[in-house]
Amino acid sequence: MKLTHVKPIGLGSVMLAVLRREISLAMRQKGEVLTPLVFFAVVASLFPLGVGPESALLLRMAPGVLWVSALLAAMLSLQRLFASDYADGSLEQMVLSPAPLQLLVAAKALSHFLLSGVPLVLMAPVLGLQFGLDASSLGILMLTLLLGTPTLSLIGSIGAALTLGVRGAGVLLSLLILPLYIPVLIFGAGAVEAYTSDLGVHGHLSLLAALLVLSLFFAPFATTAALKISLE
Amino acid sequence: MKTNSIHWFKYAAPQNFYFLAGKMWPWFAALAALLMVVGLWISFFVAPVDAQQGQGYRIIFVHVPSSQMSMFIYLVMAAWAGVGLAFNTRLSGMMAAALAPTGALFAFLSLLTGSLWGKPMWGTWWVWDARLTSTLILLFLYLGFLALQSSIDDPRRADKACAVLALVGVVNVPIIYFSVNWWNTLHQGASVSLTRAPSMAAPMLWGMLIMVLAFWMYAIAAALARVRNIILERERHTDWVKNAVE
Repeated sequence: MKLTHVKPIGLGSVMLAVLRREISLAMRQKGEVLTPLVFFAVVASLFPLGVGPESALLLRMAPGVLWVSALLAAMLSLQRLFASDYADGSLEQMVLSPAPLQLLVAAKALSHFLLSGVPLVLMAPVLGLQFGLDASSLGILMLTLLLGTPTLSLIGSIGAALTLGVRGAGVLLSLLILPLYIPVLIFGAGAVEAYTSDLGVHGHLSLLAALLVLSLFFAPFATTAALKISLE
Repeated sequence: MKTNSIHWFKYAAPQNFYFLAGKMWPWFAALAALLMVVGLWISFFVAPVDAQQGQGYRIIFVHVPSSQMSMFIYLVMAAWAGVGLAFNTRLSGMMAAALAPTGALFAFLSLLTGSLWGKPMWGTWWVWDARLTSTLILLFLYLGFLALQSSIDDPRRADKACAVLALVGVVNVPIIYFSVNWWNTLHQGASVSLTRAPSMAAPMLWGMLIMVLAFWMYAIAAALARVRNIILERERHTDWVKNAVE
């Protein structure tokens, strides 16, 4: 059979196929989706135990604490993003496939967002209640997480690709990625804080969206380069 | 058209660069030592005592050059990383690897001298000032680079992975810098402003300029000396290294 007879695959269907695969894999091992969520809840609950139950203080700390906990929880599941595909060889098949690797990588980052970011967004208001945030602040918190966690997944995919098959990948990944997460943290937590102190949040939200657009454009290229280096 | 007879790419080969660097680094080291002596002499004995800060201000003669170098070396490192990825040259990755420890050292020195200066001037070792915070983050970026370098055994792969990381970092540095700046102004009015530039006495300025030059020379000498070691280590299987070591 000549290669020219192979029907070209639509890019949308490639992305859908990757997404469907990731989600069905995750559904077969629900623990891997749930563990970061439990981690999120535990870390966020540790802070009041550490600083005391004073409600004014907790309310003041809430945006930062919730954002830092969410960021750490999103990072926990990053290692797995390419590791299992690397171990069983399917990652090499993805690199060899005719579909652009950038697209496959973006789809994987999107699946990471759906499987770790979205549950965090849904979980955040429950934890926010523990800190005494009111309903509208909780809404802003969810909005910032919704805008911020895809950026975390995209930047994180670069780190996951760089540390593929490397000694001590987990700790190394956090050392590489956490400094790059700082702008997202600043604007995410800053938006909630600005809202609770009656300042406008549009600037923060626009900047979060800008970071998302930037990372959506650049991160897949960097991840692809890193994956190719790791697979050499 | 007559072509230039100098073979610029000759020194892209680690073997040739090893000997070139060997000839160059003692000169840079000697210049660094000379300028350092002159700069320190000016900064301790010639520059007048500051009207407001007393003798304590003299730490800026070390602080300012090291802060500048910590930022500049990251740019140079990223440039080498980019060259390495684009042209697939071995030497570029080695240069980036040789620059990283010096850059990290300067970032650390900048934080250390900053906090030593801050204690008598601001009454505190540390403030979450935008510049301090972004220098701290820069140090973290350097440490991440070094950690990634040391955890990959294959040096070629380590170089390329670190090159991607350095390029990602250099795109992020301005974003981080501005977000930290904004974060700082949102949270608190800066208690002490570093930005107001008082008019400096001429000897102070000269002392600072000479110290900046001295740090440049030191950074070049250290990077060249370190890259020689890296070349020897990586090319240890080759004949020329065996001959060169003997």
